[in-house]
Amino acid sequence: MKIFATYNIKGGVGKTTAAVNLAYLSAADGCRTLLWDLDPQGAASFLFRIKPRVKGGGKALIRGTKALDDAIKGTDFDRLDLLPADFTYRNMDLLLDTAGKTGAGARPTRKLARLLKPLAAEYDHVFLDCPPSISLVSENVMHAADVLLVPLIPTTLSVRTLDQLTEFVAGFNGRRPQVWAFFSMVDRRKNLHQEITRDLQSERPGVAATPIPALSMIERMSVERAPVAAFAPRSAAARAYRALWSEVQQDPKD
Amino acid sequence: MTAARLREFVADTPAEEDSTLAAALSVLSQAFTVAEQPGAPGSGTHRRTWLDTFDWRLYKAGLTLQFEHARRGGRLLLSKADGTAQAEQLVTRWPRRPGLAEDLPDGPVRDRILVLTSPRALLPIVKAVSTVSVTRLLNGDGKTVARLITERVTVTAPTRNTAADITAELPPRLAVVEIRGYPGQARRAAALLAGVPGVSQASQGLFTAALTALGRHPADYTSGVDAEITGTMPAPVAVARLLLRLLDTIELNVPGVLRDIDTEFLHDFRVAVRRTRSAIKLLGEVLPADLAEHYKTEFKWLGDVTTPIRDLDVHLLGFDAMTEHLVAASPADLEPLRAFLIRRRAREFRRLAAALRGPRFRAIVQDWRKALLEIRDVDGPRRRRPTAAALALSTTGRAFRRIAARGSAITPASPPESLHDLRKRAKELRYLLEFFAPLHDPVAYRKVVSDLKQLQDCLGEFQDSEVQRHEIHTLADAMLAERAAPAATLLAMGEIAAQLALSQAEARAEFAARFGRFAGPAGRERVRVLLEGRP
Repeated sequence: MKIFATYNIKGGVGKTTAAVNLAYLSAADGCRTLLWDLDPQGAASFLFRIKPRVKGGGKALIRGTKALDDAIKGTDFDRLDLLPADFTYRNMDLLLDTAGKTGAGARPTRKLARLLKPLAAEYDHVFLDCPPSISLVSENVMHAADVLLVPLIPTTLSVRTLDQLTEFVAGFNGRRPQVWAFFSMVDRRKNLHQEITRDLQSERPGVAATPIPALSMIERMSVERAPVAAFAPRSAAARAYRALWSEVQQDPKD
Repeated sequence: MTAARLREFVADTPAEEDSTLAAALSVLSQAFTVAEQPGAPGSGTHRRTWLDTFDWRLYKAGLTLQFEHARRGGRLLLSKADGTAQAEQLVTRWPRRPGLAEDLPDGPVRDRILVLTSPRALLPIVKAVSTVSVTRLLNGDGKTVARLITERVTVTAPTRNTAADITAELPPRLAVVEIRGYPGQARRAAALLAGVPGVSQASQGLFTAALTALGRHPADYTSGVDAEITGTMPAPVAVARLLLRLLDTIELNVPGVLRDIDTEFLHDFRVAVRRTRSAIKLLGEVLPADLAEHYKTEFKWLGDVTTPIRDLDVHLLGFDAMTEHLVAASPADLEPLRAFLIRRRAREFRRLAAALRGPRFRAIVQDWRKALLEIRDVDGPRRRRPTAAALALSTTGRAFRRIAARGSAITPASPPESLHDLRKRAKELRYLLEFFAPLHDPVAYRKVVSDLKQLQDCLGEFQDSEVQRHEIHTLADAMLAERAAPAATLLAMGEIAAQLALSQAEARAEFAARFGRFAGPAGRERVRVLLEGRP
């Protein structure tokens, strides 16, 4: 089981759309795939028309009184399941911390990784769609993930954020996730976008060659409530996600 | 991802009548938005073939084997009778023709079925072509919460001549497929479907439904003797029924023998012939004398024409096991012998096929059946003859006494022929026991047969070793005459012959103990209980 996580400290940068489309493409490739919508806003759940609700809330999942398995819902697509968001996920930091103290020796930063372990036989790929923050939840996600997918808006500030994140992950003891950054919401008409995209891709390892452009078709996902690769498979947006998916399945270039 | 749970239904009407399906969709649309899903995974036309051996070995083991045809090759799926999947395996270019499980590439299905089916071939039992359509059942959010699968199936029982294939259309099958996390919605859809007039819960799996529609009964072939006889029946009627049952077995195996599908068709054919010969010899007193005399000759001929090829089959079936025991020689040394046996078998097969297609065999089958039917159906004066029970008692008792007397006379100094003769008598007793099995107490029957079987195994080992050793010598001569025998092969054959001599000596050493168990005081008592009942 390979765990992918979409993460950025900022919101509105295309994390959820990337998670939804890449998870869909993974399933379409024949891999048994699970997407866990960790964002209490429940955007990914909404896009799959699944109610953002888990019986017992985040508490039951984190404490282990409800198995993750029991909360999983099938999407409309073969081999693609979703673990829905729940509004109580907004307190997940607290839950993870408490569970760490009461659980048998579980470190609070490794709790999500431990919860996901039993799903290994059932899924080939798991996608974690993270809420925007820097918190115990995000730290948990980084420890659980094999691949961190970081959407970047091509601005100088977001490049700094990537540096900070890379440094943070490099400081992990033992296992570290691969970091794959990709440009998101790229506006080809803006010179600055073009410049930063070009420069960073050539200068830094671990930056995907495929950018995800700012396209209205991606915004339409919230109207269609489906992955763009499902409702407009031949669109430029779907093509971009497909190219990104084939890229991030390989090791980042060094 | 756990396998989706199914709730299966079947329409009462044939597929051309779409009204039931329309009614089902209309009822479901009261609770769900119903949306067809063209091109959905699993929709479209599917071809599959169920396979089993001629004697239903998989079915008898509670298994079904299905081949799902794909554009290239397909998938073999082994499941339990209740549909639980056991193993699956992808295969290419198989099984268009009857095939042996040995011929399959390595894989989980081959591993599971090999011991069950070998040496029998897998034959297509039922072929099905189904058209599947998928309908999504949506909730208020437009989310798929269950799926309805509609399957229209045409089934065929394949025969040798495609034009004569029997075909049937099954009533459409409906299944509600549960979506993970929405079990309540699937239950609701199933409850709604159950209330649609003309729709009922499917009580049979597709394979069973197909067999029923085609008028086939599973496990409708057995090589055993299971004639319907009773103790009070006039003996001639009972004997005619037995012989007719054996004739059925002979005839049922002829097509398989002629197509050379697997070696067991000829084996079953020969066993039925041998049983027939024994029945004529041991029970023929209740048949018209000239009839028994004539068919004694005819069935002897039939036994003789099938012997050479069966002997070659036995060599070839046991070939690998035989080479495993070589100490000095290498298995490769024996390959020229295998090639020789295969060539010889091809020649003998042509002779056998000519005999089975010829007038003498046709006459035996037709006239024998006619004569037996007359005896079975025209009784009357024969009522005065003994009953089946009396015949069973006298013949079985006589056969046992004969074995007891001849066996007791055998000493370590007796010639091998005395054991060969005893083996024949033991076989006759075994047949008599099997013929009259329905008249015996099952517990007493099992005890006597178990003792007898042990004695027979020992005598069989003794004689087979000798016969095979003799055959190895004959084969060596024949190979030399045809210049087909390298020295290494002859040496390896010599080693095999030496091993056979050892096996024979071991069997000879065990004879006294086995015979003692069968014909000693305890064995006699078991036979007495079988024939006379408990005191």
